Amino acid sequence: MKLHRLVSATPVLATCALLVGLFAFGAISYPNFASAAVVRNLLVDNAFLVVAAVGMTFVIISGGIDLSVGAAMAFSATLAAALIEAGGVHPLAAAAVVLAAGLAFGLVQGVLIAVLDVPPFMVTLAGMFLARGAAFAVHPQSRGITHPFVATTLNETLAMHLPLGARGVTIPPTVVVMLLVLIGAWVLLRHARFGRAVYAVGDDACAARLMGLAVRRVKVGVYTLCGLTSAVAGLLFALYQQSGDPASCKGMELDVIAAVIIGGTLLRGGAGSVIGTFAGVMILGLIQTIISFQGDLSSWWTRIVAGGLVLVFLLLHQGIGVVARRVGRTADRQG
Amino acid sequence: MNQSGLPWRRGMRSLVWPVAALALLLAFNAATMPGFFAIEARDGRVYGVLVDILNHGSRTALVALGMTLVIATGGVDLSVGAVAAMAGAVTATLLVQAQVPWPVAIAGAVALGMCCGVWNGVCVSVFRLQPIVATLVLMVAGRGVAQLITGGSIITFESGPIAAIGNGSFLGLPVPVTMMVVAAVALQVLVRRTALGLCVQCVGDNATAARLAGVPDRAVMLFVYGVCGVLAATAGIIECSYIKAADANNAGSLLELDAILAVVIGGTSLTGGRFSFAGTIIGAMLMQTMTKTLYMHDVSAEIAPAPKALVVILVCLLHAPRVREWVSGLWRPRGGSA
Repeated sequence: MKLHRLVSATPVLATCALLVGLFAFGAISYPNFASAAVVRNLLVDNAFLVVAAVGMTFVIISGGIDLSVGAAMAFSATLAAALIEAGGVHPLAAAAVVLAAGLAFGLVQGVLIAVLDVPPFMVTLAGMFLARGAAFAVHPQSRGITHPFVATTLNETLAMHLPLGARGVTIPPTVVVMLLVLIGAWVLLRHARFGRAVYAVGDDACAARLMGLAVRRVKVGVYTLCGLTSAVAGLLFALYQQSGDPASCKGMELDVIAAVIIGGTLLRGGAGSVIGTFAGVMILGLIQTIISFQGDLSSWWTRIVAGGLVLVFLLLHQGIGVVARRVGRTADRQG
Repeated sequence: MNQSGLPWRRGMRSLVWPVAALALLLAFNAATMPGFFAIEARDGRVYGVLVDILNHGSRTALVALGMTLVIATGGVDLSVGAVAAMAGAVTATLLVQAQVPWPVAIAGAVALGMCCGVWNGVCVSVFRLQPIVATLVLMVAGRGVAQLITGGSIITFESGPIAAIGNGSFLGLPVPVTMMVVAAVALQVLVRRTALGLCVQCVGDNATAARLAGVPDRAVMLFVYGVCGVLAATAGIIECSYIKAADANNAGSLLELDAILAVVIGGTSLTGGRFSFAGTIIGAMLMQTMTKTLYMHDVSAEIAPAPKALVVILVCLLHAPRVREWVSGLWRPRGGSA
């Protein structure tokens, strides 16, 4: 039993080991790498990615996939910018509208997938087209956000100053939101009925139904949640960029899926964790940081390394699957 | 696998809906756009909106033909856009920087496409990775590789035999149309006159059962992904020939989506098994006509995907078994024989 548990925890352990190893590599190779500023930038530059990846984690654990995340983020950011700047809506009201839109978008996708049995990748592929087109329909170009509430209150007054390092570090509210989402998602996944049902559905939807779980409702919930986190991620991205750009976040869904896989979530569903996803995003961010510290490598190496890492982790999961089955069989024979 | 009864009529029936949709769209265009059907012959080739649709639709159709085989085995290839970008980059780099003759440049690009396809096939059949993710890896990494090949710049070349691929004509029609027809006929003969088509369908219906029945499922997988890679590379060469340049960043963008949609509209089941090349070509032309119609009605290129997405969802809903049951339930007389 203990061996079984160790085998199933291997992906997350490997992710954490890789994260620590990468950071150690950077700290040894480059001066000034192991500083509070680098860690701060890592969190600030990837806050929106973490939030989007959290929603994707739920979807992938349930055995599905959502390709519409990047486009939904761009739509949310554009809608927020257009409402605030062109519509004269207060940023908080605009955020509420955007969150409601994201929720509705996810809900419709979930209903199409779970109730009408259309394959998830087809629905979300179409959703990606739709959200991207809608983003351009809302506002055709990038639009800067200059509303005083966003520029001053959110980015200056609410930012936290921590006395770390030589000059101290400033943590913007986006990082706080990210941490809140992470904690909320962890509680929901580990300690709520819904989270346990997500694991059960991803492991074996048939068995879950026979156990009396509302499989369809769980699936709809998962995609709705992903639509909501995409909207939150889009808002964070708009805050980070101080603008809403309908052409932004292209290919973001791939980064998000890559982070979730590197984070140890199994693509066939049924296993994974929010903490692993967070580590996965941080690994992608660290690779980018190391490449920029190195200086003479082009930034395209980021994508190549990311692709390679995804492959390595997929193979690792596959190998673990084989080992786990063997261990399970041995345990059955002994027990 | 008892699908051998009257395969021809079965094939025709599944083509009815895409053909009807295409006819409807063309009729709409004919009514709203004067000169839509105008075709004129100049300098030994034909010009016109329809020819234009055929020309650009052929590129999508080429990729979609390979995608049809992949989807028929129950897989999907998301890397075709990245492979097209890499092929274009290789063609232009070999031609401009290595100064090789044009057939060598094309052979290099096609070989690269085949390698990428076989690699996908190995990931899916040997490593048993899910096709969506196995090809996602190449989709993510491939564009980076394309950027590395071109060194991040857009490589342009002068007109020559390669520029003639996209801009020249053969028997009056644009060259890509000829390439599509050749590819379609070759694949149709290969698949329907040998056991290959049956093998592909078996693997798509149930891979385990096919293996137990003695179908070489790994070889079939390697073959279909290899073909898909080669056709994606061909589309990449055509695209870089249209603009006489290799743009690693934008070449082949959204190609995977258009190709998948063309296959689905053409009636090939997303869960594998049944497939139809004719349906795929009609699907590709339908996608291209839809794009052209939107452009001609002043819908910007950025917004155009949204209405396309709605159409796709509609098609998927028509394919969905639950919706079909529900719809056929509406027609059935109440209390009648089920």
